[in-house]
Amino acid sequence: MWPWTPVPQDGDVNYVNSVSTLCPGGCGISVRKVDDRAVKIEGMKGYPGSDGKACVHCLSGLQALYGPTAVASPLKRVGERGEGKWRRISWDDAVSEIASKLDELREKGRPQTLACITGSDRGTVPELFKRFLKVYGSPNFMRAPGFEDTYEIVLKLMQGVDAAIGFDLENADYLLSFGSGILDGWGSSVRMFQARTAWNDNKAVVVQVEPRLSNSAACADRWIPIEVGTEGILALGIAHVIIKENLYKKDFVEKYSFGFEDWVGKDGKKHDGFKTMVLKHYAPNAVARLTRVDPDVVVETARAFAKAKSPLAICGRGRGDTPSPLHEFMAVHALNALVGGIHRKGGVWAVPLPDYVNWPEPKLDAAAEKGLAALRTDGAGTDRYPLAKYLPTRLAEVVNTAQDIPVEVLFVSGANPCYTLPDTQAVKAAFSRIPLIVSFASNMDDTAMMADLILPNHGHLERYEDVPAPAGMNTPMIGLCRPVVSPRRDTRHTGDVLLMLAKSLGGAVADAFPWESYQACLEQTLGKNWQPLLDNGFIRNTAYRPPAWQDAFRTPSGKFAFMSDACANDGKAVPAVAIEGKPEEYPLTLIPYDSMRLAAGPAVSSPFAIKTVDDTVLKGTDIFVEVNTKTGGKCGLEEGVFAHLSTPKGTVKVRVHLSDGIIPDVVAMPRGLGHAEFDEYVGGKGINVNELIGPVEDPVTGLNAAWGIRANLTIA
Amino acid sequence: MNKSRGQSQPKKYGMVIDLDKCTGCGSCMVACMAENNVPFKKDETNKRDSITWMKVYRLTNGKPFPDHDICYLPRPCMHCEGHNGHSPCVSVCPATATDYSNETGIVSQIYTRCFGCRYCMAACPYHARYFNWWDPVWPAGMEEMLSPDVSVRMRGIVEKCSFCFHRYQRAMDKAHLEGRRDLEEAEYQTSCTQACPVGAITFGDLNNPEHKVHQLVKPDNAHSGRPQAPNAFRLLERLGTNPKVYYLSDREWVRRAGDNYLKGEGTIGAKH
Repeated sequence: MWPWTPVPQDGDVNYVNSVSTLCPGGCGISVRKVDDRAVKIEGMKGYPGSDGKACVHCLSGLQALYGPTAVASPLKRVGERGEGKWRRISWDDAVSEIASKLDELREKGRPQTLACITGSDRGTVPELFKRFLKVYGSPNFMRAPGFEDTYEIVLKLMQGVDAAIGFDLENADYLLSFGSGILDGWGSSVRMFQARTAWNDNKAVVVQVEPRLSNSAACADRWIPIEVGTEGILALGIAHVIIKENLYKKDFVEKYSFGFEDWVGKDGKKHDGFKTMVLKHYAPNAVARLTRVDPDVVVETARAFAKAKSPLAICGRGRGDTPSPLHEFMAVHALNALVGGIHRKGGVWAVPLPDYVNWPEPKLDAAAEKGLAALRTDGAGTDRYPLAKYLPTRLAEVVNTAQDIPVEVLFVSGANPCYTLPDTQAVKAAFSRIPLIVSFASNMDDTAMMADLILPNHGHLERYEDVPAPAGMNTPMIGLCRPVVSPRRDTRHTGDVLLMLAKSLGGAVADAFPWESYQACLEQTLGKNWQPLLDNGFIRNTAYRPPAWQDAFRTPSGKFAFMSDACANDGKAVPAVAIEGKPEEYPLTLIPYDSMRLAAGPAVSSPFAIKTVDDTVLKGTDIFVEVNTKTGGKCGLEEGVFAHLSTPKGTVKVRVHLSDGIIPDVVAMPRGLGHAEFDEYVGGKGINVNELIGPVEDPVTGLNAAWGIRANLTIA
Repeated sequence: MNKSRGQSQPKKYGMVIDLDKCTGCGSCMVACMAENNVPFKKDETNKRDSITWMKVYRLTNGKPFPDHDICYLPRPCMHCEGHNGHSPCVSVCPATATDYSNETGIVSQIYTRCFGCRYCMAACPYHARYFNWWDPVWPAGMEEMLSPDVSVRMRGIVEKCSFCFHRYQRAMDKAHLEGRRDLEEAEYQTSCTQACPVGAITFGDLNNPEHKVHQLVKPDNAHSGRPQAPNAFRLLERLGTNPKVYYLSDREWVRRAGDNYLKGEGTIGAKH
């Protein structure tokens, strides 16, 4: 035909099932192959949650496999940090370079200066990282932030359990979402889409509380626009009405809960209970003033919620990639408890954490013991932040302000902190101070660009890996990511690289990793589950039911705790977490928004996904911010004009998209753009909203609670 | 249609898209691009030269905050039948590069016949046709993911949604091998239908009363396939293009957005 247009080779067709790890939801996929080439990704029928479907990002996963961002071999930085100049290096050289640095740190008695950030803390690969850090002697293992951070603390405080949050979404008949982007990527995105079909069939009611008419809000039965950041206050307002009108489930509240009524503590002091606190401070009129939600709407919503058969309230803004204020989550969880929705059909479940990785405790040498005794660099688990497990958002500040650099070597795997953490500039400044950054990315990303060494993992369609239950799944399960094609480049499985590293370090470190390969480790770890996993692509305990109320709670009282000592606040009203910036200087508020078409987690959007983005979001390399039509008019801004958007973190040039689907005085910027220029299809387009928003510490947990930042928008 | 081949009944493949279910997630667009070797450029933000066989439009009701509402409208090729196969594009093609099949109801596009006059693009009221202003370029290595089932297009020709015609061919081949003449409903589904995570898209034979598409819209073949089901409508119904893509919505403003209504004029497809 035309010699310059490719004619794809024909061949034998076959399908390989796997799990896509591109999105945190973990879509089950079925890949169509022609001979050895993968040509199309489709959903895998029967896979828990996604069942035959897949999200935009997993559907275009072949572009990550075959695209120009795939890292072809180990790379060593030759230019400045972030400049993208690399030299090929052999695996042996790369590993021995890291090993000698690690040896040196141990000799200096500072093994705790090795830190690690991973995308998840579950499954064999994160567990191998944890184990490596432990035997090496560092307590500084961190998981990238997400709404699970806050939910884990909520379950600990209110139910006394170490568990993952699970939602029996499909069986809910009234869903009250406090800003969760149920159709914008929250939780396991495709499961949410499928759940929506179930809600349609069951005539369930979906109410979306959010300042902006997101797709979730547009598709809900009702959109309740709310003042930014006040979702938790509305939840307590709704609780007020439920309690005042006696609509709560008395059998649960009276028999299985503590802290609802006033109580006298061990010290003999009387404490206000949840009921007193809520009745005192959260009357609909008071709530209306703060939230801009009409008092009648508060009352109406409370009644409908309480009277539904299986009401369910959820929270975690947008995609849920950011933790939120603890009190907001506790308020929403309390709302579920008021209607008896804990461990009930269609309610919230505490799901046991995966327990299939049961390796014998490693023997620690003296150097490791000493290193592990050090406090965590991010402060998690210390007296100041006793509740948090990981606080990677604090890392930048700690590293930037320390005299003596607290992180000498940083491993990054399955995470993209230079893009996803708030205050990107500060994060990059911190990373520039770290002497050795090792990225295990298989595709170039913002963090790999800042690394000294890239040790590329096999691509997501080239490797075996166990994929534990995604966020919000209410039954324990494991999926299997397996090679669809054999590795095409000089890459190695990150698990194998860790084994190599351990071997080079020798001694107790090497002894802790007795497996000859990652594959052997995976198969032995899964034991009798391995064959079923290979056969079906997943295993799932569908029979799992959460324990009954009398056995469910491990709090000091043995009951569900409406109030907790950790944050009792002694019956005072809890204000919304304040955001950065003075209102006089910055009259507006900037909030990020999520949509399915832009990936904003560790994975970067594909060229196909970028193609689906509207030209009122991105035009050329210019990003659009969304502003209420009236607010825009007040600032003298017309549709499409250029404007300067400033926040306490900096000023950028943006274009304006006027919308009637957003509360006045708010500027919304899409999350997922503004990547480093590692390619020409996705990189260098628009602005990363995290550059403009810094972290705000939750007063109780230390997790990032920033839901926005004060901002100004002036014509350019 | 060639009766001697033993096709019992002419098919009229069509689509019904429930706009109240569509969430605008974009899975259909990406599934289409991946299935049909649709090219991509470094900058795809000029939507006039961005090739999207399936494109999801964003409609709004135009009301001020807080009464604002959004609806997403996926738009593949409508595969218009017009009157007796005189679809707007087919009628104007000087090269017979595009044709209406009475056997399947699918409007074809034969790339090697097209010489790029773009009359069809001018004639199509749905902007469903796209011109290749450049030869497609895949970054190094990415040609590997091209499917052999769909020809790669070249500069200077027009392309559009084919209802994944190669999937029809594949399914028919299989049926013939098994000694069958007809396809089951599930055997031939487009890539977008398969991908839609909320099941907003239904695909099948509009002539077959057992197919879901027929039941959803109850096309009135005596009146150019006009939908008889309440809340069903087609885009620009009154142009007489007789499209085979139907839409459903409970919302009056959405149905009105489907055509150029005068003020005070009643909406076609309103509840009878």
